[in-house]
Amino acid sequence: MDSALIPKGVKRCPIWQFLLWIGANGAVLAWGVFAMLLIYIKGLNQTNMNNAYGFALWIWADLAVIALGGGAFFTGFLRYIVGKGEIKNIINFAVLIGVICYTSALLILGFDVGQPLRGWFIFWHANVHSMLTEVAFCLSAYLIVLIIEYVPVVLENRQIDKIPFFHKLGHNMHEVMAVFAATGVFLSFFHQGSLGGVPGVLFGRPFGFREGVFIWPWTFFLFTWSAAAGGPCFTILITKLTEKITRKKLVKDNVIELLAKISGWMIFFYIIAKIADTLYWANVTAPSKGFTFMQFYSNNAGSLYGLWILILEIGICGVLPALILITDKGRKTQATLLLAVFLAVLGVGLNRWVMVLQVLAIPVLSFESWATYFPSWQEIATTLLPVAYGVIMISISFRYLPIFPQERELNPIDVPAAAAQVAEPETQTTDAGPEPELSPAES
Amino acid sequence: MESENAKKFGMVIDLDKCTGCGACMVACMAENNVPFREDETDKLISISWMRVYRLTNRKPFPDTEECFLPRPCQHCEGHGGHSPCVSVCPATATDYDMDTGIVSQIYPRCFGCRYCMAACPYHVRQFNWWDPIWPDGMEKMLNPGVSVRMRGVVEKCSFCIQRYQSAKEQAYMEERREIEEDEYQTACTEACPAGAITFGDLNNPEHAVHQMAQPDPKHEGRPKNPRAFRLLERLGTNTKIYYLSRREWVRKAGDNYLKDEFKNKTHS
Repeated sequence: MDSALIPKGVKRCPIWQFLLWIGANGAVLAWGVFAMLLIYIKGLNQTNMNNAYGFALWIWADLAVIALGGGAFFTGFLRYIVGKGEIKNIINFAVLIGVICYTSALLILGFDVGQPLRGWFIFWHANVHSMLTEVAFCLSAYLIVLIIEYVPVVLENRQIDKIPFFHKLGHNMHEVMAVFAATGVFLSFFHQGSLGGVPGVLFGRPFGFREGVFIWPWTFFLFTWSAAAGGPCFTILITKLTEKITRKKLVKDNVIELLAKISGWMIFFYIIAKIADTLYWANVTAPSKGFTFMQFYSNNAGSLYGLWILILEIGICGVLPALILITDKGRKTQATLLLAVFLAVLGVGLNRWVMVLQVLAIPVLSFESWATYFPSWQEIATTLLPVAYGVIMISISFRYLPIFPQERELNPIDVPAAAAQVAEPETQTTDAGPEPELSPAES
Repeated sequence: MESENAKKFGMVIDLDKCTGCGACMVACMAENNVPFREDETDKLISISWMRVYRLTNRKPFPDTEECFLPRPCQHCEGHGGHSPCVSVCPATATDYDMDTGIVSQIYPRCFGCRYCMAACPYHVRQFNWWDPIWPDGMEKMLNPGVSVRMRGVVEKCSFCIQRYQSAKEQAYMEERREIEEDEYQTACTEACPAGAITFGDLNNPEHAVHQMAQPDPKHEGRPKNPRAFRLLERLGTNTKIYYLSRREWVRKAGDNYLKDEFKNKTHS
């Protein structure tokens, strides 16, 4: 039914199977949309946030998806600035994941504020001293860059590419893509960093506060670094997940291994910086405010915020994946590779959780106690909403766009079968679009 | 930039006088149209600009002691007006007035991101999780000088700034440039039956607050009075609420100290 839209030379599942998959994810999406409407109509009283926990699950989700979407800017950096050629085979997917992550972040921010209709005030009445202002400006600008980076991939769809205007537009966009990629790297550095600055500048919250350079606390740099290190791991993880679901090899091992190696070294140096930061904060910053290190990790219900969380974040989800990914054997063994990228992703998520929720949970006044919070179903549903949206976006993009340039080569199909799958010979005319195995920049 | 005649309104609360009656809380709610709900049991989602904490020395009977600590907005100055909440607000919906030292909140500009709440270690900033619903007839009893707040914005103690504006208008009508100490007093100060709360200009040596707290301008207003302390002094919030107590454990509760640090500090 939709064979005319499917890229040439690749095989896709039957339409009924595809629609069933979309429908299942659509149900989760609809649940999330229902919860979102409840929040828009009735307000934030639909959540379990409170005056002690003004930031909660949604802000964590925002910070986490933006960090994990960091694979887009870092692969762009590797491809266009450093000139790592192999990266072209995964950059489309990294950009797609980036688009999903950043649109999700803006979607969540849309209902996370008490007065959504005043959201534009952040631009109109901007306070230049606020880290959130920097986040808003850089994030919005970078989303535009990401969309510009993704549009050429959409234009490569067989039917869209037939239209001369779109064909030429796509071609011309490829020509200037390096400029946008560089802009994206610049913008990402600042919004990833300013997200780190969000807890880092809170001098009233000793758990989050950090010293730094000029106006930037150390968390500014640590967040950027961890996003650049963990983002590509998320790209690899989702690629492997997509391969598992589609039962196809989509990216060659050398590409994955290169990205994993760079990511591994990034995590390795990041975790050294993170350990140094933690040691300085625990021995100098926190004591200067009258806090002992263990005050931040004890005397809370069920030891939810016990020392285990630090060991998990830095040791198991930091040092371990770094050591796996910097070794040749670790990268080449599928099980350890998968374990490492999963742990790295978990570590980035955990870091964002700690830097948002633990910051608020810890009592600062000596006569207050730990604050507790568990999200409402509306918060959970709206946090799953972007996940379902992401799955649907990837599914549609995978089915109809040449997201993985190496797919055709890695999954050759015999001619009769291909003809049966893609039964529209008249489309293969002279104005055929760029070869799907070429990345935007090369086509 | 602070002008030559800049005021620095602040408060001194004598904790040895406070009985914890809560009159300050009630007066504050009535004066400032603070919304309330039918069920106010969950204090984490209800709003009170002035909250009275109950502190104990955690000693068993008969050595048990209690202290009630009223906590309005601390109107932090930070370093050069960079109070924790003002510097983080992305939409400039809160402001530090260098001429009065008051941290204000602009309700129609606040879009409810709650970053200021995360920044405030005193939990003075509270969110309107619901639209206010006043009992029948109560709309007529609201203070016309204070705007009511809608769902989705943050609010907090303003040092009853509407009273300052009224006092200034009165002085202007009487062709005076300055207001007297007793012309501008907050609702909680007036309501306290024990006289535990004193309000005035910390910059003015003739005002009671200045004499009681003895703020040291060379050290960002740190009190010279050995009985006085400010909450979380060590964080550098540079607040304008000074607390007085003769009891050492109460003064110690005002901040965080490492082991033996407070003892060494008080004995040095």
